Parts: sequence; structure tokens; C-alpha cells
Amino acid sequence: MDRMIHFKIKRQDGPNSPPYWEEFKMPYAPQHNCISALMYLREHPVNIKGQRVAPVVWESNCMEEVCGACTMLVNGVPRQACAALVDELEQPIRLEPLTKFPVIRDLLVDRQKMFDGLIQVKAWVPLDGSQDIHLHAPRISPVEQSLRYIFSRCMTCGCCMEVCPQYHDGSPFVGPAPLGQVALHNAHPTGGFFKADRLHAIMGPGGITDCGNAQNCVKVCPKDIPLTEAIGALGRQTTVQWLRDLLM
Amino acid sequence: MAKQSVIVVGGGLGGLWAALRLAEAGVSVDLFSLFPVKRSHSCCAQGGINAVLDIKGQHDSVEQHITDTIKGGDYLADQPPIKTMCEEAPGLIRTYDRMGVTFSRTPEGIMDQRLFGGVKNKRTCFAGATTGAQLLYSIDEQIRFHEAEGRVRKFEFWEFLSLVLDEQGVCRGLVALNLRSMKVEAFRADAVILATGGAGLIWGRSTMSTNCTGAAASRVYQQGAKFANGEFTQFHPTAMKGHDKLRLMSEACRGEGGRIWVPRKAGDTRAGRDIPEDERFYFLEEWYPTYGNTVPRDVASRAIVRATRHMGLGVRGQEIVYLDLTHKPREFLKNRLGGILEMYETFAGVDPYTNPMEVFPSMHYTMGGLWVSYEKDGHTGGMVRAHPRNHATSIPGLYACGECDFGYHGANRLGANSLLSASFSGRVAGDAVAAYIKSLKSATEKTPQGVFDAERRRQEEFNQAILARTGGENASTLHRQLGELMSEHVFVERDNAGLDKALAGIAELKERAKNIALDDQSGWANQLLPWARQVQDMLVLSEVMTKCARLRDECRGSHYKAEFELKQPAGKFAGDPEYEEYTAKWKANNEKWLKHSIATHTPAGPQVEYWPIEASVMAPEKPRDYR
Ligand SMILES: Cc1cc2nc3c(=O)[nH]c(=O)nc-3n(C[C@H](O)[C@H](O)[C@H](O)COP(=O)(O)OP(=O)(O)OC[C@H]3O[C@@H](n4cnc5c(N)ncnc54)[C@H](O)[C@@H]3O)c2cc1C
Ligand code: SF4
Ligand code: SF4
Ligand code: FES
Repeated sequence: MDRMIHFKIKRQDGPNSPPYWEEFKMPYAPQHNCISALMYLREHPVNIKGQRVAPVVWESNCMEEVCGACTMLVNGVPRQACAALVDELEQPIRLEPLTKFPVIRDLLVDRQKMFDGLIQVKAWVPLDGSQDIHLHAPRISPVEQSLRYIFSRCMTCGCCMEVCPQYHDGSPFVGPAPLGQVALHNAHPTGGFFKADRLHAIMGPGGITDCGNAQNCVKVCPKDIPLTEAIGALGRQTTVQWLRDLLM
Repeated sequence: MAKQSVIVVGGGLGGLWAALRLAEAGVSVDLFSLFPVKRSHSCCAQGGINAVLDIKGQHDSVEQHITDTIKGGDYLADQPPIKTMCEEAPGLIRTYDRMGVTFSRTPEGIMDQRLFGGVKNKRTCFAGATTGAQLLYSIDEQIRFHEAEGRVRKFEFWEFLSLVLDEQGVCRGLVALNLRSMKVEAFRADAVILATGGAGLIWGRSTMSTNCTGAAASRVYQQGAKFANGEFTQFHPTAMKGHDKLRLMSEACRGEGGRIWVPRKAGDTRAGRDIPEDERFYFLEEWYPTYGNTVPRDVASRAIVRATRHMGLGVRGQEIVYLDLTHKPREFLKNRLGGILEMYETFAGVDPYTNPMEVFPSMHYTMGGLWVSYEKDGHTGGMVRAHPRNHATSIPGLYACGECDFGYHGANRLGANSLLSASFSGRVAGDAVAAYIKSLKSATEKTPQGVFDAERRRQEEFNQAILARTGGENASTLHRQLGELMSEHVFVERDNAGLDKALAGIAELKERAKNIALDDQSGWANQLLPWARQVQDMLVLSEVMTKCARLRDECRGSHYKAEFELKQPAGKFAGDPEYEEYTAKWKANNEKWLKHSIATHTPAGPQVEYWPIEASVMAPEKPRDYR
């Protein structure tokens, strides 16, 4: 028989429907990734039993591992499915939705909570308007720039949240990704003016003390963001802030 | 008057800038996007953004930026907006810097600049290898602040379907599809700004993100908005082939010494690295001895097509050539091109340090787009600030900015100029709309509900008709076939016979598209329904682009028809009689063709007319000359 690509996909018709597994086989071609394969199956949605079924639902956009949309569990590992090459995966390839976010349908999940977290920690540099004020930001050394750059590549994909034992339905913890963004903005020369606001936002329940320091997050971040180092540093800063608040 | 509100469709750089300006002006903004705005295609841009800072001792000037942009576009863009964009670019960059964009720095801690294609000076600001993402994220954060303050409401996972036009034809809001509940709803607004990006998917696959279908622009075109210069799309010579996407392999690869070649023997089955030196055909080096591999984008693209399609020398007989860096030391490559090569390795699964990369030209940027106006400042020669005519489409109350409009780039876009135009045009559109809604005589809240209900029902019926159909055409198949047609006939070189074939093919696909049936009838997060509609709308837009290409019998910028090429006399320069004769011919051709092609939708297909361009800053006296 001709070479095939074999998928086992965890499907769910809606938020309240029970999940089920469905298998698909498609003709092999080199250089397929999991999303290009799903695109093929969208055109030829026939399962392994030969039934024509509704195509799998998923989210993707850039196909270059920069937008974060296509994050899912590929053979049990949270990653960008567009960058998961079929040739490098053990078959049957298992695709599952992320488990820390509500499933909308099939592989599509609702990651709004992550974006809400960014609001909660005030992940922005406050401006007095976007008009030109004829000044740049203050000077930033190449070293500081490269440190901030590491954090600024976060694409809110959710891999780190997926593996964080402290981040789950029953916990108010904002999770590692927004904490990384606190580190980013606190390190900006003018963003740092509002360091206290951000630290306060992560001092209460759901904040930084909820991190159990399991180190899972850093291991899966596709952008190699040193989340635990940021969390460690923020922990020290919140302690200082806590003392400062006492004295005020 | 009650509090006014504006809808912005699209959250790439264009849409977010527009939303930001409106929020700052105290207008409430509803921001619509197919997905979280942070995932917009703008995040794919790697190279950088142009602004004259003149920090490298080259005496770079705003005038030079204006000249480069006008000439780069082969004079086809209206010049006052270009003038203002280049003048305001440094201020825009300063604002980005204040927002916290992680721009790469000089040892002194100021923003660094580098050289980019088509210009002589270092004018491009960059943030590592992810400039687009860094710009997008920083403005996304500013919008999140306004969201927290209640000035911006986000409608993510909503798809714009159509405008709501009142009896006078004024845009009063829109109808959108909730991509989860599949509910169609109408929304009121005092104005709508469209910032929905480029249309790469019309070529099936392109370097763009897979949501860049151009469907939204097509929808407003079908409701009466004029579409300009549709025949102008930029092709990038070196993109890596993929089933899902053609991934951009930056110009930097050739800049750093990459060599383009094909096997001399047609259909050679050996792996690239096993083919001995003397059996390799370095056609760019042979055909263009002066520039070799670093010829401009369009020249490289056409040469690649010649070597493959015309000479049959493509790698393994396919439409592929080698982009070879294997002769360079690994360390050097890692330093200079690490990010790009890593991407190649990730997606091709092949090590580009030891194997020549396989590439082919790809659709890359849409210069054409929705026609938009501007108010010229008679005094400065630029645009009047915050004027309601700036970025207004031909539908009152509808504005457009970003890649979906036609401004700034004329017949060809310079590298690193579109992150600039997307940001700048968004800012201008936001200011223009703030002024427009102030001048509105009758507020949208007075528009009868019936107008909204009628448009909503029209869209619902459209959807139901598709959902009810069984056993028809597959949208993905039609899309693939459209892509094949466009990639064959509406590509880097065009001829009228081929374009006629494309038009016939599109007409046939349009017929078949009336019969699209879905494999999914679900009323929840049904992705096939919007996809089917996008494919239909892409077909409409592809017809505009192809028809305009068919009609334009000349070569200009990215649009090339060999039959009508005016050849520059080799070795001759201004003053030589041959060159003067060529210049005279060039001017005569401009008389006829230096005009915007303006398409208007009719049931029988696009009707095309030609509008003059505004060349008040720099008259087209000299042809482009990159020698
Ligand atoms: C690979 C690549 C590299 C590039 N590199 C550079 C570079 O280095 N420098 C440079 O200057 N330019 C570069 N460009 C070009 C530049 O990235 C784009 O022109 C620019 O980002 C377009 O921005 P935009 O805001 O117009 O649209 P986009 O960023 O594409 O945003 C479009 C928005 O519209 C929304 N949308 C679309 N349709 C609908 C609908 N129907 N309903 C609701 N919402 C909708 C989407 O959700 C999205 O938010 C590059 C382009 C590519 C393809
Ligand atoms: S280190 Fe903290 S944030 Fe990271 S996974 Fe562990 S508990 Fe979660
Ligand atoms: S920190 Fe890394 S893993 Fe977490 S959301 Fe950002 S990019 Fe994804
Ligand atoms: S589609 Fe953007 S990361 Fe995969």
C-alpha cells in the first residue's frame, strides 16, 4: 500500500459535548506539517472508516511559528502544530486541544483568559498620547535591549500555561506568560515608572506567590523565554515593594 | 448628539493605529478581527520599518526617502500622501520607541538602522529579526490599555460580511458573523474603517498568513467601493515551497552571498549537493554579470521563471531553483542569517548549511487595493492633517488603511516601507474619521433599524443557501484551482493570451462557486461556511486583478508584459541620443499609462477606467534606472 500519514484527532463538537477520537489517513508527501495536513483533510474529510465527516476545526494563521494561533498538543506535547513536521513525528500522530482552556470545537480553544491576564498585570508602557513628542525613549543599552527582546517575543501561545501545575480552572493564578510581560515592561526606562502598579497587580491572590516553581513552563516555551528567572526576580521585587508599602 | 462610535475592522498595524487615535480622541471604538488581533499577519514581517533618522553619517534625507518611494513605485502613486508619510515617519518611529518596541540598539543606546533593498542609505529600523511582531505587540498593548479603560471593545472571532448603507449610500455600520455561534448580527457605527490586509491567498499560497484572503476588501468592492491598481502585486523571488504556505526566504540570503542555480541537465535526479560545480547553471550570474545574484526582485523572479518554465531546467523538473549558501562558513551564516536558516530547517526538515535551499517566486504584497482619497495641502504639497477626506473610500463613511488600500506604493513597494505605510495610514485614517464623524449632519442612531435588519437578513439568507446545498463543489478545491490559474497566468510575467485564459478560467470557477456545498452543516464554529464565502469573494477580486492586468499594455513596476517592454539602451546614459530617444518614448508611454486603473463592480464584472495620478512633488521626468 502507498505510504500514508496517520492521524488520531481528539474531537469535540461543542463546549459541552463529550470528546471523541477520530482517525484519518492521507497520502504521504514530504514536508507536511500538522496544519498543512489538516488543510488537506479539510478538502478530503474522510475518516479511517471511509466515512465523509465534518472537517476538523482548528486555528492557524502565520504558518511560521510566530502568531501562536495553532498551539495544540501534538503527540501529547504543547507546541505550534504548523512547526510540527510530520516526518519528525511518531505515527499515528495524536492531535488534541490544549487542556487548560475551554474547548470551542475540536482543536480550537478559547485563550481569552491569557489576554485578560495581560490587562490584569498592566502589560503596557503608559504614554501621554501617541502624538510625536519629538523625543525618543530614553537610551537603552544593547544589553538591556537584548534582555527585553527575549521577553518581547512572547506570542501568547499558551504552551507555558498548559504545563504549569498552578494554572488551572480552580486557581486564580495568572500564569507564567503574563508574569514574563511584567518583567518586560518593568525593565523599560519609562515603563519602569509604573513598576509598583504592576507589582501590586501580581502581589495578591493569583499573583506570583502562586507559582510553585515547578520549572515546567520554561521547558516548553517555543521562544525560549526565561520565565522562571523572571518570576524569581519579580518575587524579590514584590518583597521589596511589600516592605516599601509598609513604610509608606 | 449621543456618544459617537466607530468600527475598525482589522487589528494589524493599520487597524490598531486607527483604533488608538480614535480612542485617544474620546471616540468609542469597536474593533473587529477574525482572531485575537495580536495574531494578525503584521507579526510576520521580519525585516524592518523605514524612517529617516540619518544616524550613520550618510546625510540621508526625508527628500531622498520621498524620491525613493515615488521612483520605486514607478511614479504610479499619488505623491502628497507619500510626502507626508516620509516626513512623519521619524515621529512615528519615536512614538513606537516610547511604546517600548525593542528596537535594536547602537553601542550608544540609540535605535540602530540598516540597509534595505532599493535604496542607498541605511534607513531601516529593526527589532532583531521580528520587527513586525514587535511593532504589533507594542500597539496591541496600547489598545489593551484603552480596552481596560472601556474605550475600545474587541470583537475577536468575528468576520466582517458587509456594510450597512443607508438610503443615501452612506455607511452606517456593518454586518458580521460570529465565528463561534455562527450568528449574523448588524452593528451601528458613525463610520467604518477597513484595515483587513493583503490578498495573497488569491494565488492559492503566498508568503502571507493564511487568513490574508482579501475577502473583506472584495465585499466592500461589491457594495460599490472602487478598487484601484489591482494589477499590481509584488512577487518575491525566493520563497520556500510548502503545502500550506510559501515561506519567505529574505533577500538577505542573496545579499550575504547566496547563489541561485539549477542543474544544467533537465530533470537531474541527484540531490543538489551531489551535483558537481561544472554541472550547475548559475543563470543569474551568467545573464547579469554586473549584479549577478543581487539583481532586483522583479528581475530575479523573471529569470527564475525563464530558467524553469521556459527552459525546463527546474530542480527535478519542478518549479524550483536552488538558493545556495553552502559555500559559506557555518559560523558566518549563523551570525548573519541564523533566524532565516533556522526557519528553513524547521519547515523543510533539511539542513540549509549543507544543502542548497529550494525556492521559487511567490506572491508577496498587494500594492493595489481600495481606492482612497486625501486632501492636498496647497501650501506644503503634502496632506492636510486630520482632514475627513484622507483615506476615505468612494463610499461615504467607509475608510480604508493598511495593505488593503492602494496608496503609497504605486506599481511596486520598497522593502520596509509597508510597515511604515500600514502604521502611518492607520494613524491618518483614525484622525480623519474623528474629524468626519464630527461633521456628520445626521447621526447613525437616527438611521432606521429596518436598514440594519434588511442587510442582516440578506447575509443570513446567503449563508442559509450555502448551508442548505448538498453535494456540490468543494471550496478548497476551487481555491486551489484559482491559485493554479493565477500562479500560471497572472504572475511575474504576463501576456495577453495567458490573461485571457485566466479570465475565462475565473469565470468558470465563479460559475462553479455558485454550487459550493459544505461538508459541515453545524451551526457552531463552522469554519467551512466563512471559508466558502471567502473563496467566492476571492474569485471576484481575482477577476479585478486579472482584468486590470489584461488591459494594461505596458511594463510598470511589478507588472511586466514582454511584448510591451521599453528596453533601456545598454551602456547609454542621459545625454546620449539613444538614451534621449528612450526617455522620449518612456514619456509618451506615461501619457497613456501613468494612470490609476479604477475598477467598479457591475454584475457583468469589473468596469475599468483610468484616473490621473497626482505628481505634484516630483514630475516623472526620468525613468527608473537601477544600473
Ligand atoms: C513574510 C512577510 C514579510 C514582510 N516583511 C516586511 C518588512 O520587513 N517590512 C515591511 O515594511 N513590510 C513587510 N511585509 C508587509 C507587511 O507585513 C504588511 O503589509 C502589513 O503588516 C499589513 O498590515 P495590515 O494592518 O494592513 O494588515 P494585517 O496585519 O494583515 O491585519 C489584517 C487584520 O484584518 C483582520 N481581518 C481580515 N479580514 C477580516 C474580516 N473579514 N473580518 C474581520 N477582520 C478581518 C484580521 O483579523 C487582521 O487583524 C511583509 C509581509 C510578509 C508576507
Ligand atoms: S515555575 Fe511557576 S509558573 Fe512555571 S510552571 Fe512552575 S509553577 Fe508554573
Ligand atoms: S511565554 Fe513562551 S510559552 Fe508562554 S505564551 Fe509566551 S511564547 Fe508561549
Ligand atoms: S500558525 Fe502561527 S504559530 Fe502556527
